[in-house]
Amino acid sequence: MRKTISGFLPILIPALSLVVLLAAVFYMQPRAMSYTGLNLLFNLAVPIALATIAQMIIMAVNDLDLSMGTFVSFAACVTAVYMPQQPLVACMILLAAIGVYAVLGIIITLRDLPSIVVTLGMSFVWGGLAVLILPAPGGQAPVWLRALMIAKPPFVPMAIVASVVIAFLAHLIIMRSTFGVLVRGLGGNSRSVARAGWSVLALKGAAYALAAAFAVLAGMALVGLTTSADANIALRYTLLSIAGVILGGGEFVGGRVSPIGAVIGALTLTLAGSFLSFLRISPDWQIGAQGAILIIVLALRLVINRSSQQEKAS
Amino acid sequence: MSQTEAVVSIRQVRVEFGAVKALDGVDFAIGRGEAVGLVGHNGAGKSTIVNVINGGLSPHQGEILYEGRTGSGIATARAHGVRCVFQELSLCPNLTVVENTRLMHSGLSGLGWRRRAAKLIRDSLDTIFPGHGIDCFAVVGSLSIAERQMVEIAINFLGVSEPPKLVILDEPTSSLDAGLAEQLMAHVRRFVAGGGSVLLISHILGEILSTSSRIVVMKDGRVVTSRPAAEFSVRSLVEAMGSVVKETTRAVRATALTAEKVIDLPAVKGAGIPFYARKGEIVGLAGLGGHGQTTTLLHLFAESSSRWLPSTDKQMAFVAGDRALNGTFPLWSILRNLSIGNLAAFARRASIDRDREAAHGEDWKAKMGIRTPDMNNPILSLSGGNQQKVLFARALAGEARIVLMDDPMRGVDIGTKQEVYATLRREAEQGRTFIWYSTEIDEVRLCDRVYVFRDGIIVAELEGDAITEDNILATSFSGEAA
Repeated sequence: MRKTISGFLPILIPALSLVVLLAAVFYMQPRAMSYTGLNLLFNLAVPIALATIAQMIIMAVNDLDLSMGTFVSFAACVTAVYMPQQPLVACMILLAAIGVYAVLGIIITLRDLPSIVVTLGMSFVWGGLAVLILPAPGGQAPVWLRALMIAKPPFVPMAIVASVVIAFLAHLIIMRSTFGVLVRGLGGNSRSVARAGWSVLALKGAAYALAAAFAVLAGMALVGLTTSADANIALRYTLLSIAGVILGGGEFVGGRVSPIGAVIGALTLTLAGSFLSFLRISPDWQIGAQGAILIIVLALRLVINRSSQQEKAS
Repeated sequence: MSQTEAVVSIRQVRVEFGAVKALDGVDFAIGRGEAVGLVGHNGAGKSTIVNVINGGLSPHQGEILYEGRTGSGIATARAHGVRCVFQELSLCPNLTVVENTRLMHSGLSGLGWRRRAAKLIRDSLDTIFPGHGIDCFAVVGSLSIAERQMVEIAINFLGVSEPPKLVILDEPTSSLDAGLAEQLMAHVRRFVAGGGSVLLISHILGEILSTSSRIVVMKDGRVVTSRPAAEFSVRSLVEAMGSVVKETTRAVRATALTAEKVIDLPAVKGAGIPFYARKGEIVGLAGLGGHGQTTTLLHLFAESSSRWLPSTDKQMAFVAGDRALNGTFPLWSILRNLSIGNLAAFARRASIDRDREAAHGEDWKAKMGIRTPDMNNPILSLSGGNQQKVLFARALAGEARIVLMDDPMRGVDIGTKQEVYATLRREAEQGRTFIWYSTEIDEVRLCDRVYVFRDGIIVAELEGDAITEDNILATSFSGEAA
């Protein structure tokens, strides 16, 4: 029984911090405790959650994607410019972009390059392409996408439904499927994956492609919410997605990730922004305060991990 | 035995790592229902032969036949039922036992794979290690080392679509206690009786003798003997591993037995023999690789240096064995690689005096015979042996009175070795103490006194003429199960 509890521990801390933050927000602003209130609070969390899942897949194979923000911006620009009138062209471009990610994964493995350097370089490529497609803020959201994002399902707001669906889907792919096992195995001990007769190259490419697919969805969701795009729309996402994964119980190395935790991490990060606004902290200080929240949660995790390790050792 | 009934046979296989011949034209075959024990001293080529058989290493020459057909690569080997339990644990620590099972067996796919994998691994564990008490849904990282080893063995013995035909066990009992080791050996006998094949590598000769049907002895990349196990005893096996040509020329030196002890350590874990070293002595650490020699050296070094502050008076210097990993600064020149160990000696007011540094470099270049036209050439322009000379010079140039050496002569040609040996001798006579871990018998024989390690403790102390290959081999392999 103790083993099952410690298995849930990584999820428990992010979930707990989300609940505490939510309680604080409700205490300060009781009107947020409504259908519309919740939707407003978590609306922008949907694209962040998708980007966090994308980053998590990259981190599961011991890499880091520093081009996440610009890639999501690029996907958003493509969606806003081509999707309403030429959906076929838009799909082709986005599929090609996913293909480029797969190739990046393969090159990184083949040449044994540091993913940070490669993706940092690619971030300028994606940023440049986004500017070429959409030099000035504009474009429009396709009607169906807009309708999907502002849909009002009964009882539970769309933002919550979408988050649950994303978490469930990612959990299924990464934690339950055999493909997910292989991807996480790559992060844990890539040599033993190779020794078991798998192609590390193909797996890495597939993992990168899957991450890109989630990032594309993030870009589309963002356009659906904001109804237009801008080449710099999602630059923050690079660091937000990394923070979300870590906040959700993931680790930089070793293939230890949690999709449900990552979505919760993304929600917590979004909520932290609103929480600080409710506190009437000036925007100048908000970034710093957000960082402080991050540090507190991570310190909490470290303390709990350490004490549970001591318990195991004794 | 004909080639067709062999599960795996390799013919005239050659593998070279640089100047070192790891396998020198080896013929080797394992038949159905055969348990082959593979023994040999360090660097005899045991691990290399394992890697060739499991497809992880393609030989530079020769061919590999799986069930009579040529093939190469890990996937081919696995398709022919070759499984391998590696010496170092190779499970993914972040995955559960069931997920690791899935990783090793591509046949486990489709809906409900978790349930099927759990049943398979649980059955396999129950068969091999009854009463194991391992939770199949636990993350491997939370298991103890012995439990991980048990899981890895169980995974490799189970069959999903087709049963395993050959299981290679490389030191499988190194982290298991006697009871578990006996359970494993019993299972190996059952598996072999059922028509499976096993290749067993172990430093516990009792295990090899009692479990295998045939024993293959390797030495210097060659198979020297291959006979039924019944024809061997612990004694004759040790003799078979020894060198064919006995060298008797050993530099006899009157050891300074009265000199003060510069290191004096109690026995590890209360077992084995206490360790000490006298001034001006060359102390050898012998035994099979990875049995605690490097750990002892690192421990000695850590004891001597401060944990927090850089100390100016260094008592000990360390010569690393793995040059590329923790010896050289690959982007620096030879001179800088040399002078980094002793910068304070030619620094003036926190800046380096280039002229003195260069003079120092030329001095040591002559002393050690470093073969380079210019000390400012990059370190990587040197051969491995000459790089090692630079590392030696770095250690010797300092004030350190004790030099720790972690198998530094790995992959160095014989000429260079002789030069370094002479330097060591000279320095020892001037009162420096050397603690030398070496995997080569010839080097160990140069020492004044030798400690033999097994399973992390010192099991024997040999001195003077007692330092012979036979004695070292006999003590590094234990007769009975540990």
